[in-house]
Amino acid sequence: MNYNLSHLQLLEAESIFVLREVAAQFEKPVLLFSGGKDSIVLSYLAQKAFYPAAIPFPLMHIDTGHNFSETLEFRDQFVKQLNVQLIVRKVQDTIDAGRVHEERKINGSRNQLQSVTLLDAIEEFGFDVAIGGARRDEEKARAKERFFSFRDEFGQWDPKNQRPEIWTLLNGKKNKGEHFRAFPLSNWTELDIWQYIAQENFSMPTLYFSHKRSIINRKGLLLASSDFVSLLSAEKYEEMHVRFRTIGDMTCTGAIESFAKNVEEVVQEISLAKLTERGTRDDDKSSEAAMEDRKKQGYF
Amino acid sequence: MYKEGVLDNTEKVSNYHKIDLLRFATAGSVDDGKSTLIGRLLFDTQSILDDQLKAIENTSKQRGNAYLDLSLLTDGLRAEREQGITIDVAYRYFSTPKRKFIIADCPGHVQYTRNMITGASTANLILILIDAQKGVTEQTRRHAFLASLLQIKHAVVCINKMDTVAYSEEIFTQIRREFLAFASKLSIPDIQFIPISALTGDNVVTASTQLLWYKGPSLLYTLEHVNIVSDYNRIDCRFPIQLVIRPQNPQFAEYRGYAGRIEGGIFKPGDEVVALPSGFTTKIKAIFSGTKEISEAFAPMSVELLLEDQLDISRGDMLVKPNNRANQSQDIEVMICWMHQKPLQLNGKYLLRHTSNAARCIVKDIRYKVNINTLHRDQESTLIQLNDIGRILIRTTQPLLYDSFAKNKSTGSLLLIDEYTNETLAAGMIL
Repeated sequence: MNYNLSHLQLLEAESIFVLREVAAQFEKPVLLFSGGKDSIVLSYLAQKAFYPAAIPFPLMHIDTGHNFSETLEFRDQFVKQLNVQLIVRKVQDTIDAGRVHEERKINGSRNQLQSVTLLDAIEEFGFDVAIGGARRDEEKARAKERFFSFRDEFGQWDPKNQRPEIWTLLNGKKNKGEHFRAFPLSNWTELDIWQYIAQENFSMPTLYFSHKRSIINRKGLLLASSDFVSLLSAEKYEEMHVRFRTIGDMTCTGAIESFAKNVEEVVQEISLAKLTERGTRDDDKSSEAAMEDRKKQGYF
Repeated sequence: MYKEGVLDNTEKVSNYHKIDLLRFATAGSVDDGKSTLIGRLLFDTQSILDDQLKAIENTSKQRGNAYLDLSLLTDGLRAEREQGITIDVAYRYFSTPKRKFIIADCPGHVQYTRNMITGASTANLILILIDAQKGVTEQTRRHAFLASLLQIKHAVVCINKMDTVAYSEEIFTQIRREFLAFASKLSIPDIQFIPISALTGDNVVTASTQLLWYKGPSLLYTLEHVNIVSDYNRIDCRFPIQLVIRPQNPQFAEYRGYAGRIEGGIFKPGDEVVALPSGFTTKIKAIFSGTKEISEAFAPMSVELLLEDQLDISRGDMLVKPNNRANQSQDIEVMICWMHQKPLQLNGKYLLRHTSNAARCIVKDIRYKVNINTLHRDQESTLIQLNDIGRILIRTTQPLLYDSFAKNKSTGSLLLIDEYTNETLAAGMIL
């Protein structure tokens, strides 16, 4: 008898294990849903983990207000399909309440502001763990993350003080006011995600596939034209065949020129890709330690 | 697969359902060239992408380096980059058409032993790096010992910087001999030695043109072909219940599914099982993996079991086969690695995590501390502190359902946790 499991089977088993451990150790989990491929795959894994019961926690979207309209459409249809509760909390409300200020610069985005909205929402609902689709291959600071990542009462991440995570004995013990982040997809790479999507035949937002779009080429960063991005002098709109490898806000997510129109073609493209997934994210470029700094402030 | 010495990645695309996964940990110090080796592995398998390469080119230049410093690839945190050292375990991913790899890059120096244990705990294989100029050091011995303690079955010893010793076969053989002499006291069944130069790339991914006396495989070839399927326990059936799934909706009114990960042996529908600690017996009605019903389950699959009878069992209980039960006791001998500033207290009370159980325990006796350089037992010392390894006797508040760590890593491992701060204090391996 062949006891070989493929890498996707092993990764799936591990993620389901982590999701179940979250449900067992915590009282009020929430799954952070951005509408991107990682949170979509994570939600499907949650469905598998608790089958045939319903997913025992809600999905929450921290809405920056700068979304691609396709993201919101997909989100609404997706939660109906999965039969889960969706909570939406808006960065605009946080701005209106005076708790944060809009970034006033050329490529200003609401990316950093999300942290405050997120922490406020966690406090509002009393969530004790926020499950996210972050992967360790995404970015340098995430390479050091654990499955269970401790956040102090200010929601902060201190890289020098994380608990050692040995075997898969996950220590989710905490005191009142503290919470955790859980990352079941830690060991998945971008390619693994797409191979799994192909294998399982999940339907995905159309943004991930090639389409024609009006683009502003801002020094190599291909930004989709939208109400949230103003043209600078000497810039113009171009029609291009593009797709998005990562989906953040319209203000900071760069497209790539591509003709990959379905999952198999995306898998092929990524296998041969020359740029990392987040290489098109302007929010990571603000400094070499951009992600690390944001995590310390309570970002995802 | 290899076209003119360059890995052809187009095969990755179509056969992904056939490739498996190898986790390996790296051990070696800052100066042994470990980070350069990883950088080289990623670079030569075309796993470093253009923007990452650009970033390290820029930083290399900024730092005044004439060469491309591949070690920059793996240093993640700001403090690390500034000091040029690795503080925490960094996980790196790459794949070839043959296999997907997860590298747990562990820091080399002694203050971060706890992170080495962490990174190596889930590894199938350990990659130990030795600087050809320095030979076997105290650190090499420590890492080999830890690998043995963690029951890692495969070690690949890379003797690096061969370019600085004129690719000498004599030096390689001498180091190999010294390592094997030390390792004879350990329990690592499969040890291979490869002479390499991470800086020049000799024998890392491609065969070396300088090391003509070496007839063995390259590092990558070795990593791609090591057999790890047989490392799992297929004999002793162990299913710790992680979660009870009760849909409580009209369609599944009486449904009770026992969800968890198979930690040993093979389970099939129709099998007779015993629930521990109660001892009640029943049969498996069905097994689900996700939403699909399956006919066989083995480690490390995450599954859901349906049983013929309604038993009063829950998280923390374990399903086993009638003729092969796990041990059940409150008095347990454990080898521990202490991971905290605050030392172990004799008679100290701690929280404990073991499979899906949480319990409390008290340290009844400190048997001995291990001197990890000589491997001798120090029976006089009663102080076990940060980075120490020792053997203790604990008494738990409720019986644990366990195996020895050598028999089953999942049912044989535990964590000690501080009751007040909730920090993880120690990793424990049951004897």
